[in-house]
Amino acid sequence: MRAAIHIFTGALFGVGLVVAGMTNPAKVVGFLDLFGAWDPSLALVMVGAMLVHGIGARLVTRREAPVLGGSFPTPSKPRLDARLFIGASLFGVGWGLVGFCPGPALTNLGAQHLEALSFVGAMTVGMLVAQRGFGVDR
Amino acid sequence: MPEIVNFTPGSALLGGALIGLSAVLVLLLNGKVAGISGIYGRLFSPTTKDRPWRAWFVVGLLAGGALATGAWPELDKFELDADLPQLLAAGFLVGLGTRLGGGCTSGHGVCGASRGSKRSLAATATFMLAGFVTVYVTHHLLGGGQA
Repeated sequence: MRAAIHIFTGALFGVGLVVAGMTNPAKVVGFLDLFGAWDPSLALVMVGAMLVHGIGARLVTRREAPVLGGSFPTPSKPRLDARLFIGASLFGVGWGLVGFCPGPALTNLGAQHLEALSFVGAMTVGMLVAQRGFGVDR
Repeated sequence: MPEIVNFTPGSALLGGALIGLSAVLVLLLNGKVAGISGIYGRLFSPTTKDRPWRAWFVVGLLAGGALATGAWPELDKFELDADLPQLLAAGFLVGLGTRLGGGCTSGHGVCGASRGSKRSLAATATFMLAGFVTVYVTHHLLGGGQA
């Protein structure tokens, strides 16, 4: 039962990415290409997602606890350290190079666009380097 | 001013709303932030204790991709302008960067920024800027792709 719920929420996310056109790397690069022929769609994807989540999260966290147990995340201290900026910069460079971020890359595997497989493999290696080499999650 | 092309505001807003709804459900059910880099990346971390829901969510993400493109073939658009070395380099940078920076487009961009997290707002501004600069350099300075 729980597995089905988690599969459903993941599938909803994947369907949203496909509907939004964000699984097409050319559309993402089209947004990032401010100085070329510009496609503003990604900005509206963010607006739609942030509106629903901004309001929804406020309502949902009025509960004592999440439905399946545990507790709601406590807001992190607003520490703006070098690691945040270095990490986000590296991510942005990789994102702009081909137009994949983690969600669309994984969703494309389900859509049988296996060109994303090499990207996901290298992304997993990069994550392991962050964990084993830089102590993320420790 | 940039010339605007291929703009699909309706499907962008609708798809975004579905993504936001999924993130609200993850928060309501698990009390977790629906950041894909964290959900997927922590599957490989030895200190992670809640692997099952992460694995099922990723299975769902792939199933959603299969379902949507199967049900509506007209939505199945995929144009990739990258060779294998570029895919490998980009993948490595995205994996390393999202885990070092604590999130990606979903965790920082959708979830964190919409709740006003300063870290997420700073991270989102940073990766957007890095993305703009990267595409400017590869498409306009180096002249690859359409100029």
